[in-house]
Amino acid sequence: MTTFSTSSVLGVDVGGTFTDLLLYDAATKAFRVAKVPSQRGDEAAGFMAGIAAVSQGSSIGSIVHGTTVGTNSLLERRGSKIGVITTRGFRDVLEMRRRDRRQTWGLWGDFTPIVDRDFRLEVEERTLANGSIYMEVDVAAVREAALKLRQQGAEALAIIFINAYANPENEQKALAAAREVWYNDFLSASHQVLPEIREFERSSTTALNSYLQPLVSSYLAKLEGALQSLPFDGQFYIVQSNGGVMSTATARRFPIRTALSGPAAGVIAAASIAKQAGYENVITGDLGGTSFDVSVIVGGKASLAAQTTIDFGMVIRTPMIEITTIGAGGGSIAWVDRGGLLQVGPESAGSRPGPVCYGQGNDRPTLTDAHVVMGRINADKPIGGKLARLDVEAAKAAILKHVGEPLGLDAMKAAEAIVRVADARMAGAIRLVSIERGHDPAKFAAVPFGGGGALHVGAMVKEVGLEAALVPRFPGVTSALGCIIADLRHDSVQTLNLPLDGIDIEALDRRMVAAGEDVRSVVAAASGMIERIDLSFEFDMHYVGQTHTVAVAVPVTIDNGKTGVTAAAIKTAFEAAYAASFSRSLSGLPVRIVSLRSAAIGRRPALDLSAFAPSADASVETARKGTRKVWIDGAWRDTTIWSRLDLPVGAIIDAPAILEQPDATIYIDPGLRGRVDKLGNLIVERVAS
Amino acid sequence: MSDIDPILLAVLNGRLVQIADEMDATLYRSAFNPIIAEAHDACHGLYHAETGATLVQGTTGLPIFVGAMAFAVKAVIDKAKVDGNLEEGDTYIFNDPYDGGTHLNDFRLVRPLFWNGKLFCWLASVGHWLDVGGNVPGNFNAKATESFQEGFRIPPVKLTRAGVMQHDIIDILGANSRVPQSNWGDLNGQLNALDLGERRVKALLEDYGDDLIVTAMDVLTARAEKLMRANIAALPDGTYSYDDFLDNDGITDKPLRIALDLTVSGETMRLDFSRSSPPCDGPLNIALSTTVACCYVALKHIFTDVPANAGCLAPIDFVIPDTTLLGVSAPRPVGGYTETILRVIDTVFGAFAKVAPERANGSPYATINALSLSGWREHGRRWVMFCFFGGGLGGNPETDGLNHGNNPISTATIPPAEILESLYPVMFTQWALRPDSGGPGFNRGGLGAIYEIEALADGATDVSLLGERGKFPPFGVNGGGSAALNSFFYDTADGEKNPSMVSKVADVKIAKGQHVRLETPGGGGFGDPLTRDAARVARDVRLGYISSEAARRDYRVVIGEGGAVDQAATTTLRSEA
Repeated sequence: MTTFSTSSVLGVDVGGTFTDLLLYDAATKAFRVAKVPSQRGDEAAGFMAGIAAVSQGSSIGSIVHGTTVGTNSLLERRGSKIGVITTRGFRDVLEMRRRDRRQTWGLWGDFTPIVDRDFRLEVEERTLANGSIYMEVDVAAVREAALKLRQQGAEALAIIFINAYANPENEQKALAAAREVWYNDFLSASHQVLPEIREFERSSTTALNSYLQPLVSSYLAKLEGALQSLPFDGQFYIVQSNGGVMSTATARRFPIRTALSGPAAGVIAAASIAKQAGYENVITGDLGGTSFDVSVIVGGKASLAAQTTIDFGMVIRTPMIEITTIGAGGGSIAWVDRGGLLQVGPESAGSRPGPVCYGQGNDRPTLTDAHVVMGRINADKPIGGKLARLDVEAAKAAILKHVGEPLGLDAMKAAEAIVRVADARMAGAIRLVSIERGHDPAKFAAVPFGGGGALHVGAMVKEVGLEAALVPRFPGVTSALGCIIADLRHDSVQTLNLPLDGIDIEALDRRMVAAGEDVRSVVAAASGMIERIDLSFEFDMHYVGQTHTVAVAVPVTIDNGKTGVTAAAIKTAFEAAYAASFSRSLSGLPVRIVSLRSAAIGRRPALDLSAFAPSADASVETARKGTRKVWIDGAWRDTTIWSRLDLPVGAIIDAPAILEQPDATIYIDPGLRGRVDKLGNLIVERVAS
Repeated sequence: MSDIDPILLAVLNGRLVQIADEMDATLYRSAFNPIIAEAHDACHGLYHAETGATLVQGTTGLPIFVGAMAFAVKAVIDKAKVDGNLEEGDTYIFNDPYDGGTHLNDFRLVRPLFWNGKLFCWLASVGHWLDVGGNVPGNFNAKATESFQEGFRIPPVKLTRAGVMQHDIIDILGANSRVPQSNWGDLNGQLNALDLGERRVKALLEDYGDDLIVTAMDVLTARAEKLMRANIAALPDGTYSYDDFLDNDGITDKPLRIALDLTVSGETMRLDFSRSSPPCDGPLNIALSTTVACCYVALKHIFTDVPANAGCLAPIDFVIPDTTLLGVSAPRPVGGYTETILRVIDTVFGAFAKVAPERANGSPYATINALSLSGWREHGRRWVMFCFFGGGLGGNPETDGLNHGNNPISTATIPPAEILESLYPVMFTQWALRPDSGGPGFNRGGLGAIYEIEALADGATDVSLLGERGKFPPFGVNGGGSAALNSFFYDTADGEKNPSMVSKVADVKIAKGQHVRLETPGGGGFGDPLTRDAARVARDVRLGYISSEAARRDYRVVIGEGGAVDQAATTTLRSEA
């Protein structure tokens, strides 16, 4: 039996339905995967069951965990009762938002903030926009407010003062005063979480961080406690939304940085797999039950978004892997609107009751039902193994009733229409992150992952005109693989508001060095498995008068305590970045640096994916599993079925074809052809005509 | 034309809307003034080559423009006929509010899109520029009696000819504004959006061919019309009237009537505004195109499933005589158009509440509160802080009204106090919800807000405000009560004062350390407040949304010790009602 040494790394991705694990030993290139059901509400139990399944008693070097505990707590609003202490006059910022509403058209709907109004208290204090203290904070009032919130049952405390981004002094004093009377570690101030201008975004991010703190902390404590029962004394890391990894200590301070932990790990893995396969420009597509999540990777790097909205009024502003989500997943419901247009989503049957074919009570057709009816998904071998078989007839009846009849189509044509509309929406999402941002799709490959993504490679390659699609060898454990691959990372941002003309470049240099050393120290403290630490600096800049900014990377390093940055280099970099975004240049107008973003990245040793390659004795003959009738372009066609994992390197698969493996199904459209590369990935390309 | 594959149609619809959305996003990100960049007071779309009818509209632009843009493009089409020589690379610019709606700040850029040497469609961009001259910085001049006092007016002229910028026009624009650099930045942002839209549409035509795209757009328009007809047909026939009022025209403190007689007849609807007040002296007039545009907004809020194109107005007949303040022409002042269109929208909501009370919502706070604070910086440079403010939305059949939302004509986000404080010499001393401002109801109206601002500038700070709902509160529906009135206060040497024109001010100055305070209305309530669960009322009191006095007075709920409902006293009080 394979054993694992202390150089092994375990990636654990706890998703909504399954917990996926991948244990890999860099020294021996041995690996093992496992998939166990997640336990909703007791994720730690599923986590430990998974470890038992994958390690089989062997030792583990370190563990990296992608978690949805934070994500789900936010989506389902299961965070803690928290208290907020804020500047006199501003306690309603969290509730007033930016004066938005849920939808453009229609005035109905309300909003309940995560902190009730009576848990938001005000104190006398004021800082001005230029950073000067207009009024010192009344620390006695802070203590009194903290005590009152404690008595009311608050489990975490957030201190959020106006203009604290410009000068944190009052917040720091308030924090010290509150700490004297506060009863746990869950106490933070907005300048620690997000020292950036815009009070609502800073308040929301800070409050949501506190909201998650008790929960994520107790989850991590539970995991750490349970891990003590194992032969494990290595490091334990958590994946952040930015695709980097952090220590559990940092995760306890900034649980908000885990908001997109799971999806981010998947994107990191897809980027790495594609890079090793020779594709540096990639669009990842994760097809889940309710959504299709798309990310773009350029030159091997995932792009980061500064901000995301979890739900109406719940804004998080921390760097996150930019993920564009559309409400079209396997469980998305197909319906005909009153104008006679076929729609897929955004309403979803989720995983419970799930598609009609699951037989769990839903009678409205979903995208998965269409695939089942068309023979693309094997009704006798459902993924995940929870159900014995899928109910094709029920799915067909539902499609006929809800889509076929209103459109005057028979059930098969209606099923095909559902897939086409879903394809079009996915293609639209891919177009949004590629063409619409100026990337030429012909230079990109799609990396579909998740259970169903590979059913839509045709839409990605043919409709958008991507170069190819790359289906990873184990699409179902992509996120767990990402945990193993991801670098350590720590980000910080600070608002500067400095005009570039006449800038004190020495002072700026000192600030960059200080910020750089600051983020570096966080990564260094969590080291143990990194080769080196890289620093990166980026300015948010604009022409004076604009409020939005463009991101301007400044490629400098710290040498002898200096970055050596110059105003001219900053200006050149800004003008290039602006020209890349907009057609009209405004050169001649004054320019301002709005904020500084610093990141420290602890590089981990590259993972050699050849460990996962097909074995030398694999053969096309053993992989061929006969044929099945599949509905393609308006007719039933005999289609070869392949056992994907049994295919050898270099195998060529002609269309139409279905490739099955325990965690995914791949469909190759006419006009496309698949080949197995040396790492076992399936590359799907257009056939030259 | 109707034989287009419905699936392909859905695909093309998505592509077209995406183009307009991305034009919106391009302008937001490159604009200079926060009214566009932060508040999204802008809009983009594709318009019919011959009629100017809306073909495709972005989903993120300001709702009021969705209805108004077709008129603007038509104005350019007419002008282009007179000018002749329309060619690739031409772009028209104008802000004439009588020809294409709204007010002087809204600058429209309209560009022909040629395909295979033929005019295929028009692309248009509109955005609110910060200042266009006139008597009042920011141009919401509550005392204007002629358009000329509100700013400069530009008829449709060619900004670019065959791609060449006409710099003499830029010079004229620059010389007539207090903030030429901001306008120049916004103008370039709009050009960025048009450039991008042109590239995207041409790529689409390349992919699918122009015949197919024309067919798709025709079919989409026909479908919107069909959907609107189906919505109207489901309503009971009859004539339903609703009258609402504006406080005054800023010149004379006398109410102005907005009167609607809405007739449902089969699958068509007539909106007749004949009984409304005649044109007024002050800036509360609007042009016919603006009235049509705002009715469109109201109907889109009621029938949310109808797509945004010309088809949805086809079954609607408008009666807007030029003898009313809703159909004026130049040079009647129209700078306060925001208030008038909100009241027109309210009359549509009010009449609809009579047609289908169970599907209605209480009136939103429905005043824009255009507040400008301005002064001089060192070296004689002007500063102008201009902002619109939030309030409550109406209670509705599903929920309480939204606290601190935006008006139905807008999806604009409010600039953060920290951004305003970093740009201008002001300090907000309050930015809060306003208790007891929502109309009582089974579902309560949302709360309005209180904004209090202290002047930090050494010299005088000029104050101007154009607001409404100071005398006639947002109404409730289906038995719901009215919201609180709009109030404005400013410090003087003799203490705090209210403007004589209620919510309109144009000639006030405050000194360093003095304040202005705006208290905005909530939304009207939905349903009888006496049927609201006493526990929900107690929660409102606990959270400070309403006072315990209001609980007793409006809801007949008695709140006892510790904030709990006094059940016995409540039962007695409610039974006396």
